[in-house]
Amino acid sequence: MAINWFKYSAPTTFYGLAGKLIPWFATSSVILAAIALYIGFYVAPTDAIQGEFYRIIFIHVPASILSMFLYLIMAGYAALGLIFKTRLSSMMATAIAPTGALFAFISLWTGALWGKPMWGAWWMWDARLTSELILLFLYLGFIALHASIDDPRRADRAAALLAIVGSVNVPIIYFSVKWWNTLHQGSTIKFSGTSMHVAMQQAMFTMLVACWLYAIAVALMRVRSIILERERNTTWISELPEVKL
Amino acid sequence: MKRSSLLDLLVLVIRRDLVLAMRRRADVLTTLIFFVMVVSLFPLGVGPEMAMLRKMAAGVLWVAALLSSMLSLGRLFSADYLDGTLEQMMLAPQSLSMLVLGKMVAHWMVSGLPLVLMAPVLGLQFDMSVEALGVLILGLLLGSPVLSMIGAIGAALTLGLRGGGVLLSLLVLPLTIPVLIFGTGAVEAISSGLEITSHLSFLGALLLLALVFTPWVTAQALRISME
Repeated sequence: MAINWFKYSAPTTFYGLAGKLIPWFATSSVILAAIALYIGFYVAPTDAIQGEFYRIIFIHVPASILSMFLYLIMAGYAALGLIFKTRLSSMMATAIAPTGALFAFISLWTGALWGKPMWGAWWMWDARLTSELILLFLYLGFIALHASIDDPRRADRAAALLAIVGSVNVPIIYFSVKWWNTLHQGSTIKFSGTSMHVAMQQAMFTMLVACWLYAIAVALMRVRSIILERERNTTWISELPEVKL
Repeated sequence: MKRSSLLDLLVLVIRRDLVLAMRRRADVLTTLIFFVMVVSLFPLGVGPEMAMLRKMAAGVLWVAALLSSMLSLGRLFSADYLDGTLEQMMLAPQSLSMLVLGKMVAHWMVSGLPLVLMAPVLGLQFDMSVEALGVLILGLLLGSPVLSMIGAIGAALTLGLRGGGVLLSLLVLPLTIPVLIFGTGAVEAISSGLEITSHLSFLGALLLLALVFTPWVTAQALRISME
């Protein structure tokens, strides 16, 4: 039997599928986050150099990883939408952007909270901090451009082009910021070469998975709203039980 | 009818845009005055100590150049868009990328080149040394076309939108950071007696990359905006 891979690429079918998937992703995300917090706060030992302050990495590192990956995924969906004119891909890109921006913000915020006790300053013009800030700007640019164009099709395509240009620029920006930083100042405090404790790794990876599941759940919820908004004049929407009420 | 070559087309578009710009000289001058004004405000803001100003000069001049180039980007396509010329250009059988490249070059000659020529005078106000000034100008010559070209993508994407000017800066400024870094880095390097070729090579590489890709991307952006 041939499986129709494209069945769920139509908003009509995907709307229902997303609705069924959301509870699974959301609950598993909450459970894993609770486990990660428990391991992070009670099982993982105190760090020899950084004391208790290091525990912020359990949220900081997953947030940073997600903020970067989500940008690439967003740009990928946007490119799919631009090339194959698939409506759902563009909707997914739009749905992912706010979550990506949120993770970039969390990453900067928790980084600042960690920096104050460790470096003695809320902010350092460190290469990674600066590129994370620029990544946040790129997200905000994508969201702002999409929001200021009234015609959704033009908005999708214009924002997609911006996301693609941005993702090509990300490595250039990252390396230029890195070299700029090494020109301006010497080494900043980094993790010393010691390997991480197993419990620390477990807490961090569990939290990473929890964040992924959260991002998927929220993106699916948002894409459902976008589908409802954009297809509000179609018959299948008016026949949905939740709309009929 | 004789089919004009791509180069003829390029020269034609540049000439047309330059003539149009010369008929509205005030636009060109406002960009230049803005540049001079922003640079002159910095010493008033941070204090007149020469040692500090000398250290800041390259950064201030580059950031001011970045902001002034944003100011004039909104006009890159808007006049042609409003009077319908842009639509005719898109219908033309010639390559839209080439037309766009011509517009980029003209835009740089009108709003980038004057800043480059003005920069040494302003640099003297900041007591920059002759070598540093030379490197600054070389960097600006290589970098300011990149600003026009990356900016053109943003200008094409925000064509005809309300609040386009602010949005344009939000989209374009993060993408121009590498240019800023290498441009100021070169001046900093010569001031501390280091090698400058790496910085200038990077600027040159960015210029070549922009030259190859941005006209095509801008043409795509125009197609999206004009639909």
